[in-house]
Amino acid sequence: MNNLEQIAKEIRILNVKCIESIGAGHIGGSLSIVDVLTALYYKEMNIDPKNPKKEGRDRLVVSKGHAGPGVYATLCHKGYFEEKELYTLNKYGTNLPSHCDMNKTPGVDMTTGSLGQGLSCAIGLAVGSKIKKDNATIYAIIGDGESQEGQIWEGAFFASHKKLDNLIVFLDYNRMQLDGYLEEINDSGNMVDKFKSFGFDTYSIDGHNIDLICETIEKAKTVKGAPHMIVLNTTKGKGVEFAEKAGPNCHSMPISKEALEEAIKGLK
Amino acid sequence: MEFRQALCKTLTELMEKDPRICVLDADLAKPNGTFPLYEKFQDRCFNAGISEANMASVAAGLSAYGMIPFIVTFTPFASRRICDQIAVSIAYAKQKVIIIGTDPGITAELNGGTHMSFEDVSVLRAIPTMLIYDATDANQLAQALPQLIEYDGPVYVRIPRKTRPDVYKEDYEFKLGKADVVKKGKDVTIIATGTMVYESLVAAEELEKEGISAEVISVNTIKPLDEETILASVKKTNKAITCENHNVIGGLYSAVAEMLCRKYPMHLESIGVQDEFGQVGKYSDLLKAYNMTPEDIKKLVKNII
Repeated sequence: MNNLEQIAKEIRILNVKCIESIGAGHIGGSLSIVDVLTALYYKEMNIDPKNPKKEGRDRLVVSKGHAGPGVYATLCHKGYFEEKELYTLNKYGTNLPSHCDMNKTPGVDMTTGSLGQGLSCAIGLAVGSKIKKDNATIYAIIGDGESQEGQIWEGAFFASHKKLDNLIVFLDYNRMQLDGYLEEINDSGNMVDKFKSFGFDTYSIDGHNIDLICETIEKAKTVKGAPHMIVLNTTKGKGVEFAEKAGPNCHSMPISKEALEEAIKGLK
Repeated sequence: MEFRQALCKTLTELMEKDPRICVLDADLAKPNGTFPLYEKFQDRCFNAGISEANMASVAAGLSAYGMIPFIVTFTPFASRRICDQIAVSIAYAKQKVIIIGTDPGITAELNGGTHMSFEDVSVLRAIPTMLIYDATDANQLAQALPQLIEYDGPVYVRIPRKTRPDVYKEDYEFKLGKADVVKKGKDVTIIATGTMVYESLVAAEELEKEGISAEVISVNTIKPLDEETILASVKKTNKAITCENHNVIGGLYSAVAEMLCRKYPMHLESIGVQDEFGQVGKYSDLLKAYNMTPEDIKKLVKNII
């Protein structure tokens, strides 16, 4: 196991502990993006946990804002805030609400939660960076279920038309949404082809291979004149057996003390 | 001057001075008068095409990057169509976006019912932190824009595209959040907003000849409401009506009634759209159709006196 894989494991443990502290939460979609979060915060992004609002930093918009617990576990591990704060998730007065909030959590770059909007916000950040010519890279993570929202495609049109090559979008392609499997609810078909046809520079990779995620980001950065779409083929609930087994039901589920111990044992 | 000409001229001046200001349109830059800005400020004007939701959230992203974005489209698309984007990406996320909604209410004229927003103020007024400004004339709009940039929070502006009669003289000074007493009176208070300020003044001048002294207040910002100016007037007259180019549900009538209920309970009547949909017609035809003419205002005033 390399260092980044070890970090991802530690983040997954923090993620499950964080949700266990309130008894239930969005575990599935959080765990499925831990590897890309690790790649971004520990290798790719120009950021400073001591100065979360640093000018010209790279930014991440987690458009699937319900993955907040996964983001918080990563930010905590990276040193944006202390571990004890992680266990205030969704408690009254917390700085860590269910969905990502840029005005509450240090390190969160955009408020999200109403699906479909975050990609457009990331596009606005990318346009802002182009205006300021600060060479920042703007990252966004969208969900596959979220891609049923029309606004995702309004954004895709615009990002491509504006040739936003400073925008790298990840699709968390775990093929599940709250009510069931995508193919049962409203199948998205071939997402790579869809984004390619919208003018994106596209990739489809194992979303749990951190080195490959990093390599793909570096490759995407060399392609100019188009926004980038990296489809991450993922498993909802990745790394925690009971969540993986629950399938679509792991979107949001209760986590007991026993389940937490079992999860930690499995991850170690 | 047309409102849209005032918008373009003032934005040109502001954009020359402030590199943070940018403008987004949704395929209505030509009718809304922002089109000339695209040549002058190529790197700060963006036509999102017909995708208002994307435009609103892109503006939020630009704001998060330190820019001051204006988004410009017809009022129904600037409000009810993108209500959630305004609520979440803009207001909840504390992003400073100035939303210019053009051709509110019956000023949509020949575009008819689908484009005739009688609910835009109602929809957006219930979103916390929103400032809602219904412009009275083009001169006032030109003065308001720089002050709206300074306001700490998201802003919704209602303007007709074309010319409406001037209400204010050259020496008028606009102060954001302050209502203007545009005609003094002692018998009744007419609390008006937007294009209805002019119709109210016409009515008040005719009433004067008939021996009824009406005070006319131009509210300017429906939210926040200048309670002080309204209360000072109604405490004097004890009779009041509101006049708005909007559904009386959720608009100026509601805002004033909510305030008076708490601070000075009294009978309050309304001129405005009485919970109906829009339709095609010229401004003058629609004023008649919805009982909003100076004659209608006079009749209502006489009824309550």
